[in-house]
Amino acid sequence: MYRLPLGEWIDSGIDFLTLRFSAVTRGFSEIIDTMISLLINVLEFFPPWLLILIIGVIAWRIISIKGSILSMLGLGLIWNFGLWDPTVSTFALVITSTVIAVIVGLPLGIIAALNNKFYKLITPVLDFMQTMPAFVYLIPAIPFFGLGKVAAVFATVIFSIPPSIRFTALGIRQLPEELMEASDSFGATKMQKLINVQLPLAAPTIMGGINQTIMLALSMVVIAAMIGAGGLGGVVWRAIQRLRMGMGFEAGIAIVIIAMIFDRITQNIIKKNKG
Amino acid sequence: MSNIKIEVKNLYKIFGHRSEEALRLLKQGIPNEEILDKTGCGVGVADASFKVYEGEVLVVMGLSGSGKSTLLRCINRLIRPTAGKVFVKNEDITEVSREKLLSMRRNIFGMVFQRFALFPHKTVLENAGYGLSVKRETKEKQRKSAQDALELVGLKGWENSYQSQLSGGMQQRVGLARALAINPEILLMDEAFGALDPLIRTEMQDELLELQAKMKKTILFITHDLDEALKMGDRVILMKDGRIVQIGTPEEILTSPENTYVRRFIENVDFTKVLSASDVMVKPKEVGFIKDGPVTLLHKMRMEGKSGIFIVDEEHKLKGYVTAEKAGELAKKHEKDISLIIEKYDKQKVTLDVQVRNLFKVIVDNRYPIAVIDDNNVLKGVIVKGSIIAGLAESGEFDV
Repeated sequence: MYRLPLGEWIDSGIDFLTLRFSAVTRGFSEIIDTMISLLINVLEFFPPWLLILIIGVIAWRIISIKGSILSMLGLGLIWNFGLWDPTVSTFALVITSTVIAVIVGLPLGIIAALNNKFYKLITPVLDFMQTMPAFVYLIPAIPFFGLGKVAAVFATVIFSIPPSIRFTALGIRQLPEELMEASDSFGATKMQKLINVQLPLAAPTIMGGINQTIMLALSMVVIAAMIGAGGLGGVVWRAIQRLRMGMGFEAGIAIVIIAMIFDRITQNIIKKNKG
Repeated sequence: MSNIKIEVKNLYKIFGHRSEEALRLLKQGIPNEEILDKTGCGVGVADASFKVYEGEVLVVMGLSGSGKSTLLRCINRLIRPTAGKVFVKNEDITEVSREKLLSMRRNIFGMVFQRFALFPHKTVLENAGYGLSVKRETKEKQRKSAQDALELVGLKGWENSYQSQLSGGMQQRVGLARALAINPEILLMDEAFGALDPLIRTEMQDELLELQAKMKKTILFITHDLDEALKMGDRVILMKDGRIVQIGTPEEILTSPENTYVRRFIENVDFTKVLSASDVMVKPKEVGFIKDGPVTLLHKMRMEGKSGIFIVDEEHKLKGYVTAEKAGELAKKHEKDISLIIEKYDKQKVTLDVQVRNLFKVIVDNRYPIAVIDDNNVLKGVIVKGSIIAGLAESGEFDV
């Protein structure tokens, strides 16, 4: 019986792309690599206690005094586990991936909000991207960027970008029609309407999307340890290979603590935006 | 009322993909429902033609779904008509370039929305200045014009508040200020007071009329409330199923409704608010003159079957009222000069334009009939209790 050679097509397609765009991917690779190393260097420049204090102050300003104390205790625990360096590395990967995902996702979301055809085109693509098992994205990352942090960022961006696009598009589309008419009736251009009315009003929803992107990025960065992302995911990965239950559990707790701090900070930015 | 500000010619708006086919069917006289079945298209506005003159308040009135809001949005092209022309200051807005359209919206139109449509992330002042910020006026000019407009609608001191801190009535004042701040020639008001509760609504209507007396804008006012239409409108357009059923002054619509649809509407109108003293008064058949003697007056009263009579001078200016009782006493004493027994009639007279609902109190407080006079104190008519009832019955308020 005939078997559809989809896998072969994809293989040769990716081969073609890696050969053809090697210059592009190498350039991209270098930029990302510099970004990550710079970020890690900056974060490691501070002694852990100072960084914990800085994050504590940020959490106090944005969440609450209680949130601040809990954040500092959690980070202190990580330091105590001796997991500070992998945590900083994970932190840097998440931030880099999120920044790229937002820089690419926000404009795409705006286009999807304003253009019906593009919205109809991109919706199934986003659905596809979100239901595809996360591991699958790791494979094409390797031929493009080789093993390492850049490949991890690439896979993470692909995996975590859908909420940024989707929430931006929905946030703008769901604004009350009468407000859009009000803006139009005074002769606002599309750009004026976007900057002064649509984006500020949709900001809470867009921030919700960014929050989701950060959470997805964090989970993907851990998985990406399989292709050499290192960081906390790397610790977990090693623990799996050596069946070191305790080590895996400690790294797991560190990931949860980071996730909670990221989540609470972004959630509270959303709340403050609404109020 | 000579300059035409807006002229709408054979305007059609059909919603749906197969609008051209629907338009053809519509022009053949196929009913709206059938068009919806056949083409899946909804008829918004069908063959609307009318003019709006400079400085008038033209009210478009109809039930929900009658196409009145669609019609309004065709005027500033928030909705693009399927066919027909809309001339605004002799410029066909259906044809102009997008640039020209934006400039027209920025300079000619001020629009007020049913649910206010204020920007919740902006302060009252920023909301009021929105039109000017779109025009890229200087910050100073924006603030000044916005502040002036807010003062005009009575919101001075609220500049830094947000929408969530204001009551419904105040929110709509901001909406009105936002429209007025760009000093538009034409105000488009889409059921502007429809979301307000009745007391506030009446207040806003009165204030808008007061403002309009000073501003003399051209106003196109949409409402589903006939009372409001009759109160606000210099002329009223009645719409049904996208078509204009009747255009006329409130008087014309009330007194000669063009078809049963209009008549139905009018049946629910509170006529005491619409009719004035001149509509319910009767002509005084017999009046007494200053020079008449008491016997003459008694004779005139007997002819009329009344127990009193109005006294006027040669120019028919009202002098007072004489009762049969007093005239009889005077006749017994063989006196001729009736000026001794004339009762001054200050409280019992009203001018022609007083609303009927305000007559009830006057009539209850007085034993004598009410005199209706014009601005020169000339006696124009008489109102007794019976004539109000009769006046209302004639207009269809009561089934008699």
